Parts: sequence; C-alpha cells; structure tokens
Amino acid sequence: MNKLILGRYFPGESWVHQLDPRAKIVAAVYFIFVLFLANNWQTYVLLWAFTFIAMRYSQVPIRIYLRGVRPLLYLILFTVFLQILFTAGGKIYFEWGPIVISEYGLINGFYIFCRFVMIIFVSTVVTLTTKPIDLTDGINALLKPLRKMKVPVDEIALMLSISLRFIPNLLDETQKVMDAQRARGTEFGEGSLLKQMKTLVPIFLPLFVSSLNRAEEMANVMEVRGYQSGATRSSFRQLYWKHRDSVCLCVMITLTLGLLWLRNEGLFH
Amino acid sequence: MVMEIKFDKVTADYQLGPIRSPRVLESVDLLLETGSFTAVIGHTGSGKSSLLKAMNGLLLPREGKITVGDSVIESEKSKKAFKKVRKQVGMVFQFPESQLFAETIEQDICFGPLNFGVPLKEAKEIALHALEQVGLDPGIRYKSPFSLSGGQKRRVAIAGILAMRPEVLVLDEPGAGLDPKGKSEIMSLITSWHNDNQLTTVLVTHDMEDVATYAEDVIVMNKGKIVVHDRVRNLFANQNVVEKWGLDVPEARRMQLMIERETGVTLPSVCLTTDELADALMEVGLV
Repeated sequence: MNKLILGRYFPGESWVHQLDPRAKIVAAVYFIFVLFLANNWQTYVLLWAFTFIAMRYSQVPIRIYLRGVRPLLYLILFTVFLQILFTAGGKIYFEWGPIVISEYGLINGFYIFCRFVMIIFVSTVVTLTTKPIDLTDGINALLKPLRKMKVPVDEIALMLSISLRFIPNLLDETQKVMDAQRARGTEFGEGSLLKQMKTLVPIFLPLFVSSLNRAEEMANVMEVRGYQSGATRSSFRQLYWKHRDSVCLCVMITLTLGLLWLRNEGLFH
Repeated sequence: MVMEIKFDKVTADYQLGPIRSPRVLESVDLLLETGSFTAVIGHTGSGKSSLLKAMNGLLLPREGKITVGDSVIESEKSKKAFKKVRKQVGMVFQFPESQLFAETIEQDICFGPLNFGVPLKEAKEIALHALEQVGLDPGIRYKSPFSLSGGQKRRVAIAGILAMRPEVLVLDEPGAGLDPKGKSEIMSLITSWHNDNQLTTVLVTHDMEDVATYAEDVIVMNKGKIVVHDRVRNLFANQNVVEKWGLDVPEARRMQLMIERETGVTLPSVCLTTDELADALMEVGLV
C-alpha cells in the first residue's frame, strides 16, 4: 500500500521542481498529445530522449519512477497483447486459427508499450516534483477562463486539493487498519477469490466510517472559519511566470518541430 | 506456558511512499520474561510503536531475529510463524475503535477467534465473556458498534483482542483520548486481566503515572534504540538517567524531590504513588 506513489510529493530543489505548476501541467498534457505524432523509430527515440532528460532533471531516482509503472504493468501488457494479436500486415511469424502474429503487430505493440510508459513517466515527473497544493493552484489558474461559462472553477479546485491532500492520510490509515486486522488473524492475498474479497470488508468499512466522519468535521471547521462557496477569494500563494517557464514551453515547441521533421523523414524510406 | 519475547540484534526499516525512513529499530536486543508487565516510554518517533509491531510480525526485521514463545520471526519467509505469533500476541493499536467494522458488536468480537479457527458457537460464548470482562452489559451485543460512545467503542475493540485469548498483550496507548475515569477503568481492566491470566504485557504510554502505577519494568527508547531497560523504581530513583533522556517523573516522585530539597530530609524509599509518599512522610515524622 505504501508503495503507491500517486499523489506523493518528492521534495527537492531541481530545475523541474522550480517550474511554475501551470507550465508543468501544460507541458505534460501537451506531451500526451504530441505523442500521437510519433510513427517511426526515430520519433520514438526522440520522445524517449525527452522523457529521460525530464526525469534526470527532476533529480528523483529512476527506481521511484519504475515503481510508479509497476501497478499499471498488467494493464499495459494486456493492451500490448491485444495490439499484437489484432494488427495485421507485414511478415507473418505465427499463425494458428484466428491468432496471427505479424510484423506490424509486433511493432505496433512495442510502440503502444512505449507510449504508455512515457505517459506514466512524464505525468509522474509532474506529480513528484509539484506540491499537491501548487498543482491545484495551477489547475485553478488554467481553468479560470471556464468561469465565464459558469463553471464552478474554484469549487472544483478546492475539491481537488482536498482529495489530493488526503490521499496520503487515507493510505496511512489503510495501512493502519490493515495492520490491525492482520493482528486479528486476517490474511490478505490468500485463499479463493471470494475469500479474498471478504477480507476487504473489515478494511473498507472502517475507512468509509472515518472518511465520512472526517468530511463532516472538515465541513464544520471550514464553515466556522467563514468559508462560503461562490465568494470571491484572493490567494495567499501567487503564481509567477518566470523565464524558465517560457524556456520549458519553447522546449515543447522544439520537440514538436523535431517530431514533425523526423516523422516525414521516416516516410522517405 | 513459557512466553518469552526475545529480540536478537533487530534492525528494521519503514517505507512510506517514495520516502524510506531507515532504521526505525536499530540493533535492538531485548528479553521480556513470561508474566512481566513492561512499559515502553520515549519521545515521538523514538520507535515505540515499531517495537510493538515487530513483536507481532507486522514489521519485519531487516537484520536479526525475534523469538516469541517457540516461534521465530526472521523475514518474509517466516509466514507460517505469523499466524501462530498473531494468535499468541494480542495487539491493541492506538485508537483501536477505528478497526470496528461488523454489523453487531458480537460479530466484531468474534472476528478474531473465528480467524484463528475457533468454532462459531464457542466464539460467541467467548464474546459474551469478553464483553463482561471489559465491563459492558452483554445485552448490547446485538447492537451496532457504531452506535456506541467513544469509550464504549474502545472497550469493544479491546474485548475483540481479549477474545483471541492471547498469552502476550501488547498495547499502544490504550488510554489516549479518554477522560481520566475511562482511562483508569481501562488500565485497571488490563491489569486485572494481566494478573488473572499470567500474561506477558507490554504497554506503550506517555503517562508516567501509568508507568508508576501499573508496570513493573520499563523500557526507554530513543532513536530506534533501547537505552534503558530496568525496574520502574530503579529508573525513577536515578535522577541522572531521568534527566539525560528528558523524561517526566510521576507526581508523587516530583513532590518527594521537592520536599527533600526544601527540608533537607531524605525519605527512606523512592515513592511512586501518593500512598507511598504519605507512608514515607509519616515514617520520617514530617507529618
């Protein structure tokens, strides 16, 4: 449970840590889109290079990123597997009834795998190097234009920050309850599927109870301190767009140009 | 039944997300004898709770080994030993009421015994008995545990541990967050259970009065190490050690030290409770 790194912040002073959360979010989302421009090995090499540079610059040990991929590994392999089976074309290596493993299938499967892993790596760079509170400030700022369309942007940002804020608490609490039930003789991950599902009840029930209680306490405390939804609020933490943030966006544009160029290069073979 | 707990150069780490806190326990050597009542004290983060978890196989040693009775906990591989150890060692966590989950109080108390293979009928009898033991009316056993007050919930949670019939009882601040009356009731409950069943009991606490009133031995922890393991009276008698580790002393002892300073008379014994202090004062004729 404690191995989950989603929503955890890795303290540091690196170049990536100091970027403006807005720049980081825009860059990460943009990266996911440009990923679809890649169509040959040259473009994938370029994207991998970018991903590794971003990971290096974050000064977070690589093994922590690898740990982030682990929980999703089965999902990724499943998708890759489907790709391999259902993409036709090129040389055929193996054929058995409807199951065909072809050259294009293998290549496509490998590309899909790269795409998944890169998306996870790049979004982990953002979440590990940005404090949850900065992250929500950034999202809040980026969603601001939607306010004109009567979207409750501040409330959404508040909900986000509260949920992010309590992820570590919830994980720690899960660990505590699991320990407590293990001390009472529950064994996790053993026995039939039904039996395993039954062992989850003594964990989730106490967690639900404490989360609901906490939500109520939290609402009371907020009200006591004068919170009202819909009120205009100023912000204690201000976001400042710095020189390096523009550099970050320039890097993204350069990356796009590089991709477009290599993409066409590939066509000439 | 011999239920010694023995730590042999135990070192353990703790992992939380991307951050690893190394050495929450650092080459801990420890021997707790059968039937002893030991209090564990020390500042926040000194490794008290980790020490308790290690006794129950919830925190595995990276180096060294832990022996509970005749089971040995060494690493992940000792899985077979876990079940036995967890049956023998009843662990009451901090705020144990947060582990309640079942529809009725009876079901919740039966959860532990059933997991350890006690038949349902017998488990229900044990539950009834355990409820009486913690001073609750057995008539409430079909109620939801969530309908109870905080203090009652804690009693139910403790009953759930006692129902496992452990031979070692390990408690992490059982009195935290209760009013003084509720707290002393829970503490005397634990003491009488300890005496009646000849349990080996380990108690983590911040309250020196608890240490003085209930425990025989005391362990002082600092930065993952056991720095003192002695009789309670010996610890509080030695003012140098108490000051070195920044510990509090029980009220009566503090009063004694003050009286001794003011009057220049040294009392014949180290007083840990009010009664002892009163007796000692009468003995030297100050009252």
